Amino acid sequence: MTHAHPRRSDSIRLPELDNGREAVVLAIDTAAAPPDSAWSQHLHDLGFAAGERVMVMHRGWPGGDPLVVRVGVSTYALRRAEAACIAVGLAP
Amino acid sequence: MNEAVIHLHRGGPLVALVGNPNCGKTALFNLLTGSRQKVANYAGVTVERKEGRLLAAAGRAVRVLDLPGTYSLHPRSPDERVTCDVLAGRAVGEMRPDLTVCVVDATNLRRHLRLVLAVQRLGLPVVVALNMEDLARARGLNIDAAALSVELGVPVVPTVAVQTGGDAALRALVADRARWPQPVATDNSGRSDADRVQGILERLGLDGLAPHTTSDRIDRVVLHPVAGPLLLAAVLFLTFQAVFSWATVPMEAIKAGTAALGAWVGQALPTTGAWGAVNSLLVDGVIAGAGGVLVFLPQILILFAFILTLEESGYLPRAAFLLDRIMGSVGLSGRSFIPLLSSFACAIPGIMATRTIANPRDRLVTMAIAPLMTCSARLPVYALLIGAFVPQRDVWGGIELQGLVLFGLYVAGIVGAMAVAWVLKRFTSHAQVRTLMMELPAYHLPRLRNVALGLWQRTTIFLRRVGTIILVLTIVLWFLASFPAPPAGATRPAIEYSLAGMLGQALAVVFAPIGFNWQISIALVPGLAAREVAVSSLGTVYALSAAGSDTAQQLMPLIAQQWRLPTALSLLAWYVFAPQCLSTLAAIKRETGGWTMPVVVAGYLFALAYLASFITYRVALALGG
Repeated sequence: MTHAHPRRSDSIRLPELDNGREAVVLAIDTAAAPPDSAWSQHLHDLGFAAGERVMVMHRGWPGGDPLVVRVGVSTYALRRAEAACIAVGLAP
Repeated sequence: MNEAVIHLHRGGPLVALVGNPNCGKTALFNLLTGSRQKVANYAGVTVERKEGRLLAAAGRAVRVLDLPGTYSLHPRSPDERVTCDVLAGRAVGEMRPDLTVCVVDATNLRRHLRLVLAVQRLGLPVVVALNMEDLARARGLNIDAAALSVELGVPVVPTVAVQTGGDAALRALVADRARWPQPVATDNSGRSDADRVQGILERLGLDGLAPHTTSDRIDRVVLHPVAGPLLLAAVLFLTFQAVFSWATVPMEAIKAGTAALGAWVGQALPTTGAWGAVNSLLVDGVIAGAGGVLVFLPQILILFAFILTLEESGYLPRAAFLLDRIMGSVGLSGRSFIPLLSSFACAIPGIMATRTIANPRDRLVTMAIAPLMTCSARLPVYALLIGAFVPQRDVWGGIELQGLVLFGLYVAGIVGAMAVAWVLKRFTSHAQVRTLMMELPAYHLPRLRNVALGLWQRTTIFLRRVGTIILVLTIVLWFLASFPAPPAGATRPAIEYSLAGMLGQALAVVFAPIGFNWQISIALVPGLAAREVAVSSLGTVYALSAAGSDTAQQLMPLIAQQWRLPTALSLLAWYVFAPQCLSTLAAIKRETGGWTMPVVVAGYLFALAYLASFITYRVALALGG
């Protein structure tokens, strides 16, 4: 009966998520982050841990940067490049 | 302003308040210790440790330390490092705390409890203050403090830091050393903190999400791509309009009061002999000088009423979000916004607030441009010149011309700052992506009490400035401007033969190309100590230049009549850029720990000011001002 659910392996990056659509954090991947930035640690400290529910609330204009992101019950403004380090999967 | 001085009260046990940013540590600290440290609704208000005392049983004191908020024990900026160093016992001149009070936001336990676990792992005795417990209940979260206490193995006390007496349970515990817990054994299960927190929340029935829908609804407008920036512009614009249009009545009252006092003192004292000098000192020096600055108190308070309300509401981080793109285009991040915004009050707390900026280059650039934000001490200078040279009339639909010009001056400072940042980006930034990662807190209705308290503090600060530095410099200037007395048979006003007159005329050689006369030149010198002193100095200089003492209260019409418009515009341009404030340069030296930055900043600001004034003056002359 797995066909009824979207596959969990459908991983996208947070900026690609539509506004208001709920997703789940799968992993933090800072391969594209600036070197020595410690973004991985900082994002984790803010609560972007695997399994947490996330949602994009608003986007800056023009260019969709920065983003307002809800994780758990916290709300943050993240630069697009920061949000791109967060891999998410759509909630089943 | 609050200096970075740690007051050492030795001999009592030390309690440290720790927690995520913006969870109410400082509000709780103020309740516990009777202090009045600044609180507001954004992350990073407290950027240094502050100490207070709480009287415990039998008259013994407990030292209470308020620490900057941090999301974890992996510091990312200088302010967070302070907290981590104190907890680890590495802070210079501070012992390791005997007790840590972990302040947690009851509406966001998930994130806050992780820090509690991390602090416990340091081997420190921990008490949890379950703060904003009232808000949590209003959102339908019923937190069982006893069960949480069992889960964590430490005492948990509910607190409401914004309410008098909301600290009762915590106060009782902190005051009674016998009730302080021992450090708990570290959890060896190998589970991550996030897992442990998830387990605790599930067992307490708190793992559901209760979003703050009111805040979300407000954000739909405030963060809207079109409505948001328009609203921001409207808020700023309204502020400057209000500064002029609401202040008229109280300003007239203060003006009339000081004029009456001046006239009364002038008549009550003899005008000849030794009493004549005292008469002149009081009327031309103290009342014309310091009194001339006092007039601007209502405008300063209106400006602060707006700033404090915005700080309390939680709007500021939203404004930073809206402006992040613009900041990014000149090589800064939205994180620089709040330090820059604080600089509208005064550059010194603004420069201290740069401690929340992780990137060292960004921190230095923000410090360098913070003095370009129009601080409240410039307001008397601007208001004097605008009052004298800009007619009071409406341009389209109720918009007042004087407020519009003031708005323009603020914009000039901002544009100047952006231009400087942009130039620095060309030279020092290598297309790095900067960190933003800024929390947007839930909106709160501003508390009247906090705003009123803030305004009262501003009033006392301002009055203290008028009564100390401004008064002293005014009196010193009066002496310099009165002695030596003119030679017998002198034809020009006495002041021109005095020390100040001679110094002013020497300086005027330097400032003549930008249109400043000798009176302005001499006023700029004491104006270095505090910007408002330029106004009181002009008051004294012109009062002494005038024939009778009746002109003492009329600086505004006097300069309107004696200066040409290009000179006034040039002086305005000078005040937008010039570093007429030694305390700001001292703050930069303290924050950077060397002379390089303050010298560089002073140098570039003076150069910029001279250039801007020169261009303004020449263009205005050419246009036939």
